[in-house]
Amino acid sequence: MTPFDAAIAGETSAGAWSGVGWAVARDLRLALRSKAELGVQLLFYVIVVSLFPLGVGPEPALLRAIGPGVLWVAALLASLLSLSRIFGSDFGDGALEQMALSPYPLPALISGKIAAHWLTGGLPLVVISPLLGMQFGLSGGELTVLSAGLLLGTPILSLLGAIGAALTLGLRAGGGLLALLILPLYVPVLIFGAGAVDAVRGGQSGGAQLSLLAAGLLVAIVGAPLASATAVRIALD
Amino acid sequence: MSAGDFLAMGGYGFYVWGSYIVAVVAIAIEVAAVRARLSAARRIGSEETDR
Amino acid sequence: MTSSINWFRFASPASFFPLAQRLAPWFAVSAALLAIVGIYLGFFVAPTDAQQGEAYRIIFIHVPAAWVSMFIYIVMAFWCAMSLTFNTRLAAMMAQALAPTGALFTFIALWTGALWGKPTWGTYWAWDARMTSELILLFLYFGYMALRNAIDDPRRADRASAVLALVGAINVPIIYFSVKWWNTLHQGASVSLTSAPTMARIMVAGMLVMAFAAWFYAIAVTLLRVQAIILERERATGWVGELAGAARGAK
Repeated sequence: MTPFDAAIAGETSAGAWSGVGWAVARDLRLALRSKAELGVQLLFYVIVVSLFPLGVGPEPALLRAIGPGVLWVAALLASLLSLSRIFGSDFGDGALEQMALSPYPLPALISGKIAAHWLTGGLPLVVISPLLGMQFGLSGGELTVLSAGLLLGTPILSLLGAIGAALTLGLRAGGGLLALLILPLYVPVLIFGAGAVDAVRGGQSGGAQLSLLAAGLLVAIVGAPLASATAVRIALD
Repeated sequence: MSAGDFLAMGGYGFYVWGSYIVAVVAIAIEVAAVRARLSAARRIGSEETDR
Repeated sequence: MTSSINWFRFASPASFFPLAQRLAPWFAVSAALLAIVGIYLGFFVAPTDAQQGEAYRIIFIHVPAAWVSMFIYIVMAFWCAMSLTFNTRLAAMMAQALAPTGALFTFIALWTGALWGKPTWGTYWAWDARMTSELILLFLYFGYMALRNAIDDPRRADRASAVLALVGAINVPIIYFSVKWWNTLHQGASVSLTSAPTMARIMVAGMLVMAFAAWFYAIAVTLLRVQAIILERERATGWVGELAGAARGAK
């Protein structure tokens, strides 16, 4: 049953996993209703990536050199731009407050929301980046490591971003503040993600960087929903 | 070391004094700002009791 | 039985305020004296460096500023943790008071580092690990202050910025490690700020004295700022009124 029904039924606690499942399904359904919004997000990524050759010139060697960095920075920015989706409308119409009051653990519900956010925002980036990578002249091995890195890294971006989004709920200050708060936290993801591609370029496997990203993802999966839940409760009080 | 040598700092005077002078100015600004804030806060405190 | 000082007595803004008032001048004077000693050591006792000439003397302001900038962030994060754990206003006010001074020292570290880098390594900004991490630290301070500023309700501002500071504190080692890794990958030989570990002891002594000077200065300024913050935030309470009334009555 939904958290709202459970609360009405007077249940005092409910399973975390079913809370996650419910939240994922609900947010996916809601997100897929406005496919245009999701499409715009993906388009933003493509446009930003395309700006760089326009800015630095089409010389292949230069594009190959900056390619991994550009694709990663653009992924950071695209993720940043989409963060208001996680809590924005639920905060506005009071659903978030209901979730906080429900017997389901709030971190579980938030994990579900973040998972849905990544599935509709980050995953498409992972899928399309090999195509964009080819525009920058990246080789097959480099493209593989790029995609693997993004597959591990974009969930981290959603998880860390959710903390920032929760802290800035309802503030007038806008996206600039969120960027200032979150981008420093994104730096390690950027460094290891782009660094993995550079490692492949240098003849290594990139495995060390990808392992670090995987470790970071595990830590973020455990820690970010807890921090976000704390931040949500602070914002709701 | 003569006064001239001291200012020149072996040719690096611009860098050495550029560092220290900016640091001193920054600290002076902070001290002035904090003291202004404290006296303004004291004034608010006394105004509140006038009501 | 004589009991030790009950520190929790000072946990309320009202009782901490007079303590801060009394302590601040002591730290200010100590800081000034230490700075005089440190400058003397750094400029008149320490010898010229064999490789860097007189330019190295910048370390007597650069390294202490960097140390203090990192230390203040740790102390700030500690007070944030206290404020969330015990839900006290004063702990949050201490963190609020520390942040601008931390940002100031971070700026001084970056500025003096750039001016040290130019004659030593040929460029104002070398993207080495420590300077890049210091730059990110500056962003963390600005983020904390910007978030506080953006939230109108002081208690929500306290709690939200505390969460942010703690998340930042956990991330600082990760960020530093990743930047260090990035730097060694891209630059080959690592650039270190303090040259060989066999630094003349007098140079280390000079840096330590200046570091204490900076730290005591930071405490003095923070105690002043927290007094202002307490007055600003507690102005509706009776004791502030009594304080103001006593001040006026004494004139």
